Amino acid sequence: MSGAGARLNVVPTVTVLAGIKIRLAAAKKGFQLLKKKSDALTMRFRQILKEIVAAKQAMGEHMREAAFALTEVQYAAGDNVKHAAFENVGQAVVKVKASTENVAGVRLAAFADATDPDDLKSRSGLHGLARGGQQVRRAQEKYGKAVEELIKLASLQTSFLTLDEAIKTTNRRVNALENVVTPKLENTISYIKGELDELEREEFFRLKKIQAKKQEAIAKAKEEAKKAEEARLASGQIGAPVTLGAGGSAESF
Amino acid sequence: MSLSWSGYGLEALTFNADNGYLEAILRGYKGNLLTAADYNNLGQCDTLDDIKLNLNATDYGPYVQNEPSPLQVSRVVDRCTQKLVDEFKHLRAHATGSLADFLDYLTYGPMIDNVVLIVMGTLHERQVEELVAKCHPLGMFDSIASLAVASSMQELYRLVLVDTPLGKYFSNTLSSEDLDEMNIEILRNTLYRAYLDDFHQFCLGCGGATATIMDELLSIEADKRAITITVNSIGTELTRDDRRRLFSSFGALAGPGHEALAACDDFDQVRAVVERVPQYSSMFSRISQAEAQAMDKAFYEVESKKLVLSFEQQFHFAIFYSYFRLREQEIRNLMWVAECVAQNQKSRVHDGIVVPW
Repeated sequence: MSGAGARLNVVPTVTVLAGIKIRLAAAKKGFQLLKKKSDALTMRFRQILKEIVAAKQAMGEHMREAAFALTEVQYAAGDNVKHAAFENVGQAVVKVKASTENVAGVRLAAFADATDPDDLKSRSGLHGLARGGQQVRRAQEKYGKAVEELIKLASLQTSFLTLDEAIKTTNRRVNALENVVTPKLENTISYIKGELDELEREEFFRLKKIQAKKQEAIAKAKEEAKKAEEARLASGQIGAPVTLGAGGSAESF
Repeated sequence: MSLSWSGYGLEALTFNADNGYLEAILRGYKGNLLTAADYNNLGQCDTLDDIKLNLNATDYGPYVQNEPSPLQVSRVVDRCTQKLVDEFKHLRAHATGSLADFLDYLTYGPMIDNVVLIVMGTLHERQVEELVAKCHPLGMFDSIASLAVASSMQELYRLVLVDTPLGKYFSNTLSSEDLDEMNIEILRNTLYRAYLDDFHQFCLGCGGATATIMDELLSIEADKRAITITVNSIGTELTRDDRRRLFSSFGALAGPGHEALAACDDFDQVRAVVERVPQYSSMFSRISQAEAQAMDKAFYEVESKKLVLSFEQQFHFAIFYSYFRLREQEIRNLMWVAECVAQNQKSRVHDGIVVPW
């Protein structure tokens, strides 16, 4: 049996062989394409990873500054200003716009800060008018920056997860094509080929055999014809030995 | 009795009969204010638990020692504020006559903040309990929760505020149309202005050392407000006339100074106006535009020095005012130190501490 590995369970015929060969070609093409996709995704993945690290470091810095700005507010304006600010919130000022980006057929979510800066400015209003208004505005600015950074990070992080998943799936497919599907098809092809060869050899042998038989039969017929001829010639002179001679020749067989 | 002697410089004759006990207690409290050495120790702490340990040795000990870890800065500040409130309540419970009125005046400031907070919360349909929990404990009054029943500002005034001590500030300064349309921050500051004027009048009425010292202290407060409001309203929609209306009617800047402040368009103009007043000129020359945030701290410093001086005299109410203002500053300092420690910004610890002596 040719091919040690797994193979498809098919009838070994020439038609099936042609089909399998087409499938093998498709699998190889697919493998190349997916490999390219995987490479593209991995490249993007590395890039995002780098950006995430940078963003996270910036994030820490911004958050620390923002938290400290809030401390300055509380120092200058008292704790009460916090509650006052809470109660004064109507509509959200900071807005995030979600869009999608296409990387090698993978949809990545991208978030963008859609805050209207003028709107933000007008909302700061008169908080801490008598105490700490400066600090309130500064804290607002710092937190604005922190939120911006946060949005960026969220976008990157989401892309990161999506890409991670996509890369895993693609790699699985690449590996499956490379290590399972292609060998299986190749095995099948060699099996079919082997099987066909076998058939051919059998056929050849059979034909040989038939030829041999036929030649034997021909030889025998010739022999008999010859004997009959001899007998006929002999019976012309002696009548009895024809059957004897025939019996004797049968015995010699 | 004591009132009849005041104005002649003779309040010392009867002051102790009415208020001597409380003055003694207060001077005792004052002796326990944190010193520069305490702040130094606190500044060396690495964690909030260290701060708690340090506070255990001070007057705040009983208030913080049972706090479970992990400690929150806001929790520490709450406990320290609680101590201030407890001290105040103790004094208020024993006070009689004018001192009782004087102490009541001290609560009106937080009360204004609370009323504004609740009104604002009600307009945004928050739960009353939630709002009351956020109120400053010093500014609580009995009917505070009922503030939330009113649906419009006019109703609020008619049903609730008219019976509170703040009622007169509403009726004197605001017409009913104002109430519906006014920006809440302007409302707060209008009320505060009316309160400061009233408190000032009350202190002048007390006569004697109380009048002199309180005049000085409240003037600083009034000037501070005028300057801060001016600086903070530059570039906002607050008009000059509105700004002018938020200034108190007394203080070193009153009159022409206020007119000039109302006309200011940037920080340098404010500085030019304020530098004409001797007591603030040195303070303002140190502050540049970029560090306008330092202004609050500079004011706190000037104020603290004055507050401490009031303890040099006897037989007057101003020490009660001074003490609670100093405690407030101390809690601010503690908050600052604790935040610096909690946020690992120890290099900035000394930027926020105001040590009055």
